[in-house]
Amino acid sequence: MSRPEEIAPPELFYNDKESKKYTENSRVQYIQYVMTKRSLELLNLKESSFILDIGCGSCLSGEIISSASEEVNAGMNHYWTGLDISPDMLEQALIRKEEEKFNNDDDSNSDDESNGEIGGLRNGDMMLHDIGQGIPFRAGSFDAAISISAIQWLFNKDNNNHDPIKRIKRFFESLYSALTKNGKFVAQFYPANDDQIDTFLQIAKQTGFSGGLVIDNPESKKNKKYYLVLSCGTMSSNDANDSDNLNLSGASMDVSNIHDKKELKKKRGNGMLESKKSFILRKKELMKKRGREVRGESKYTGRKRRDRF
Amino acid sequence: MKLLTTNFIKCSVKACDSNMTSFPLRYDNQCELELNYEDDESIIEKSYQFLVGILDKIDWDALLKVCADLGNNDLPPNKPLLTQDSLLSLNDNERLILKQLFNLLINTEIVNGSMKCDSCEHVYLIKNGIPNLLLPPHLS
Repeated sequence: MSRPEEIAPPELFYNDKESKKYTENSRVQYIQYVMTKRSLELLNLKESSFILDIGCGSCLSGEIISSASEEVNAGMNHYWTGLDISPDMLEQALIRKEEEKFNNDDDSNSDDESNGEIGGLRNGDMMLHDIGQGIPFRAGSFDAAISISAIQWLFNKDNNNHDPIKRIKRFFESLYSALTKNGKFVAQFYPANDDQIDTFLQIAKQTGFSGGLVIDNPESKKNKKYYLVLSCGTMSSNDANDSDNLNLSGASMDVSNIHDKKELKKKRGNGMLESKKSFILRKKELMKKRGREVRGESKYTGRKRRDRF
Repeated sequence: MKLLTTNFIKCSVKACDSNMTSFPLRYDNQCELELNYEDDESIIEKSYQFLVGILDKIDWDALLKVCADLGNNDLPPNKPLLTQDSLLSLNDNERLILKQLFNLLINTEIVNGSMKCDSCEHVYLIKNGIPNLLLPPHLS
């Protein structure tokens, strides 16, 4: 899989052309939609909040945060502020905002009972900013923060005076102070390797956050998604029932479970060769976990075909 | 940029973190504003919960200062008192306050202009409603 992080710095990679391509691609839109919805689900907000969108891009995620028609937002009307480093991405957002305005005006002319659609891009604000320089908001500004496919860019060293670790520290520290005392932060990101996950978790822990990592579709190579789920207040995963808390299931601050797979492989290599049948059963199980359609098992599974005459 | 945001944004220079004068930023009185006045109660009503929540967080003195920078000196000197409970039975006066707050905080946008940090004197430009918070290398 290609990593845009390795090609160019974010503000250069997402240029005019790339931003347009990204924003108008229906597959990207769909993936962003699914991940934003999942992040909101993890945030588990109970009332209309002020949310920080880190690396908002063209605000595909912002639109979903404040969209009233989403089930996760039932009865709530969130407002958000987005930060992004790419001016071209923000320009796309401005274009989309104008389009939305135009469409809404159109609606209200043709249909007087449109009941005033709320939410969408007009609930948000955008800013051109480099998150490695810190989050420029005063203490206790936001109820929650969300970040979709952005924070892995912090590992880039695009400039001689960039020190990734320092920048990540600055990012988490300033974010911690910009959130309210029960503030929550969910970030979906694409780690290049396990070390990056470790680094994020370690620095977040040092800063004072509690929480951990949630991995969706852990068995799938393509659809595996990492969510960093953090909270400013103290909490333990035992209190998952508490309505104010993050929706944490399977999150942990240590990364040991990620390494399990490697060990499993090692064990298999040392052991005896497995039979054909158990090989087929194992592969079937794996495909099922990855969400593929798999034929059910029967007494014929893995059996040899009868010889023809 | 919404006027609401001016009540939270501060200078992004690290050295200004501990300096109280880095918030609120000083807004140029030449800033170009845009007001989309909303009169429809049914739309504003959907934001009541948010408004009351954010009102609790707003630094009223900073809001007064920013409004004065931008040429509005008509705000009441004290923060209006509203709680989530008072949303259950609103009187006409409270409805009016919420409506005015909504139009002031959310429907007033700074489209073009600049803001300056009182501590490090750095000037941030606002263009097309988007402030540029990127710092030059010597400040970051």
